[in-house]
Amino acid sequence: MTAVLKRWWPLGPLVLLLLAPYSALPLPGLLDGPLGSPGSLQLLALCLLYGALASGYDLLLGRTGLLSFGHALYFATGLYATDLAMLEFRLPFAAAALFGVACSVALALLLGSVGLRVTGIAFSMVTLAFAQAGAILVQRNPGGLTGGEEGRSAPADLLPDSLVGIQHTANLYWIALAHLLLTLAVVHWTASSPTGRVWAGIRENERRVEVLGLRPYGFKLVAFVVAGGLAGAGGVVYLLLTGGATPQAASSDATLALLVMVVLGGSGTRWGPLLGGVLYTWAAHRLGDLATSAAVAGLPAALRVPLSQPLLLLGALFVAVVYLLPGGLARLPARLRAGRTGRTADTAAVPVSEGVA
Amino acid sequence: MNTVVLLACTGLGLGALYFLVASGLSLIFGLMDVLNFAHGALLSVGAYAAWWAAGDGGMGFWLAVPFGTLVGTGAAVLLELVLIRPLYARPRDQILATVGVGLALPALLMGIWGADARPFPQPAALAGTVRLLGAVVPVNRFVLIGAALLVLLALRLFLARTRYGLIVRAGVEDRAMVTALGIDVRRAFTLVFAIGGAAAALGGALAGLYFGSVNPGQGTGLLIFAFVVVVMGGTGSVTGAAVASVAVGLVQQFANYYTAAGLGDLSVVVLLAVLLLVRPRGLTGRLA
Amino acid sequence: MTPLLSVRDLRVVIDGLHILHGVDLDVAPTGVTALLGRNGAGKTTTVRAIMGLVPRTGSVVLDGAEIGGLPTHRVVRRGIGYAPEDRGVFAGLTVAENLRLAERDSAPAYPLVHRLFPELKAREKQLAGTLSGGQQQMVAIGRTLLNGNRLIVADEPTKGLAPRIVTEVADVLARVAETVPVLLVEQNLALVRRVAGHCAVLADGRTAHRGAAAALLADEEAARRLLGVGRHPAPEVTP
Repeated sequence: MTAVLKRWWPLGPLVLLLLAPYSALPLPGLLDGPLGSPGSLQLLALCLLYGALASGYDLLLGRTGLLSFGHALYFATGLYATDLAMLEFRLPFAAAALFGVACSVALALLLGSVGLRVTGIAFSMVTLAFAQAGAILVQRNPGGLTGGEEGRSAPADLLPDSLVGIQHTANLYWIALAHLLLTLAVVHWTASSPTGRVWAGIRENERRVEVLGLRPYGFKLVAFVVAGGLAGAGGVVYLLLTGGATPQAASSDATLALLVMVVLGGSGTRWGPLLGGVLYTWAAHRLGDLATSAAVAGLPAALRVPLSQPLLLLGALFVAVVYLLPGGLARLPARLRAGRTGRTADTAAVPVSEGVA
Repeated sequence: MNTVVLLACTGLGLGALYFLVASGLSLIFGLMDVLNFAHGALLSVGAYAAWWAAGDGGMGFWLAVPFGTLVGTGAAVLLELVLIRPLYARPRDQILATVGVGLALPALLMGIWGADARPFPQPAALAGTVRLLGAVVPVNRFVLIGAALLVLLALRLFLARTRYGLIVRAGVEDRAMVTALGIDVRRAFTLVFAIGGAAAALGGALAGLYFGSVNPGQGTGLLIFAFVVVVMGGTGSVTGAAVASVAVGLVQQFANYYTAAGLGDLSVVVLLAVLLLVRPRGLTGRLA
Repeated sequence: MTPLLSVRDLRVVIDGLHILHGVDLDVAPTGVTALLGRNGAGKTTTVRAIMGLVPRTGSVVLDGAEIGGLPTHRVVRRGIGYAPEDRGVFAGLTVAENLRLAERDSAPAYPLVHRLFPELKAREKQLAGTLSGGQQQMVAIGRTLLNGNRLIVADEPTKGLAPRIVTEVADVLARVAETVPVLLVEQNLALVRRVAGHCAVLADGRTAHRGAAAALLADEEAARRLLGVGRHPAPEVTP
């Protein structure tokens, strides 16, 4: 019985998530309107989307040990390529979405095959450089394509009617949920495949994988491309949710946000990145609403300043998690349990190496 | 010709700014393997402290710049002691912690003084222009170049002539071996953070002069170009950083002017990727 | 005779791999104590663990004081000079700077170092990276002699050196050991036979044998079993 429960418990929350649009349950404090209202569904869909993006990003960070500072590039590629395929080539949405994801995959394949020639922090900086180049391109609006600062709205005439308008928010929400399920399935399936076991080996000790006669390069490239494709699909969902493409999606801050989500939730765990993505997105929105509210404006500066800056609170929270809670929120229950049963986790040999007192 | 001179002076001024950020970044990474994503935020702290001191603080420009530098130095030392030092056994978490600080500090500045750029007071002596080879060049370009040269000279003297300079140079090569000679290398860590913070904060105060205003995102915007400089110049190498700063500043200015706007920025960023790929060892420690 | 340095149950785990499973080792208060064993037996890891350069558990007692939990720089300041396996010379620093970095005493023993290695005096301003292997080894040993150390740990100081230089290094070690005890990791058994009094032999990360060096090397069967002698003929040292 408990074994069944252990294996199938995610179905419970899934059913609840599927049914959420039909619910009028008010969640004061958590959401502004009732659960099924368009505003709430929009926020929930964004939370699910970022949960999925963080889970996909963790394929690199947590599963393979690759610290990429440029993941937003593949997200933005899916977003802009889909949008532009509709605007410029007049492709119908489905074809444009396929094109967008294909662009993300192709770009990830190209830049990954180049960037993965270096390892460690050099790889991180190569990805940062590529992503920054993408961000600059988008900002500069080459040939009037990207729309610069303004971005480009998606053409309503090419989108299916069922995906346009506030009355169809539930459909968008289900699409976001589907993307999340797809991402989780891909991550779970690949991570438990033979390839995934090599990824785990690379994360622990790349040299040892080489000693076994395997070339880490190909395996890392697979992870990079799969993660890039998932991010591209996320870009398509984002386009639907927000109705357009804006340059913030390509900024380095967008990648850093993903990094914060993953670390917050727990890198390398099954549910941690999802948890981190959902919490971060929800908190950023709620804090953003709070920041502009009249209640905060009237507070003394010591409270008003932090409360008016979501990034300040989230950045500080992030540092606190890195510092105090290695492993993120997902490992919190295990840590608490270990704490209660005599702190066995912390009494292991304390390593003393150079620079550590 | 006029344009070329003006572009060269502006490019050198920009290069000077890059050097002030990159020299500390390079020493910190060379010695400690910490890629300090909060380094741009330290520049912003220096910029706002100087801006505040010059305006509300009533100090006047010439006191405000050292004040800003001092505040930035303090912030850097605090960052090292409180956040970086306890994480020495976890190098990746060190980077993550600096990412968090890099996000939070500009947000703090934004929370206190708003997101908009604040005009930076220009002292009369530095507000004018100079005629150089027929071009009209703002004086503040030369202030930046002069400051960067002084910092370069001071850093070279520090590295060549002092015991801690010796420890830093040795530590860039092999940190473990330095400890194996009985030296507590952590003191050198705090010191390079202080030096790097001071240079970046001075850069921030002078960036206010160069751009005419300060804004919370200024430092972070400069950071990626400083990364280019660090990789190009070789980590841990102050002289390399100086040469690379000049190259990057000039290339950026000339390319932005003579080709499409933004192409200079783009080319520099692409240069970073190319350099890393061609010479990944550019990121491993080299000599000062 | 109480040992100067006494290591008990020293264990090292790196990346989940057990490198040392419990090394016991005594360094005699005079002369050279040799640490022997085949390649990969854990000799270098043992001295790195003593120096605190790798995470370790177990006990390391120097002259009655436990130093097994100290960070490297404090281990060294207790009076241990360390010449590592790869010599640990800073290639971008001059010879003089390499030596100056090692200064801990108020009056570093430069006369001693320059008497033993006149070449270091002559090449003071040369970058250490441009020195020959033997000269670099002189820098590494010279650094350990600058301060009034109670113990010198030398990890394969003759590795990769020409036979003539090996003899020179052996001479220096013999002279040094007259005043300071030395823990010597060495593959060159002729050199061990010449300078070492006691020895410990490691095998698979454990202590396999302890005793007098001469007795071990005289027992052909034991030497072959513990050290694999015969497969790696060592260059002869002229006495």
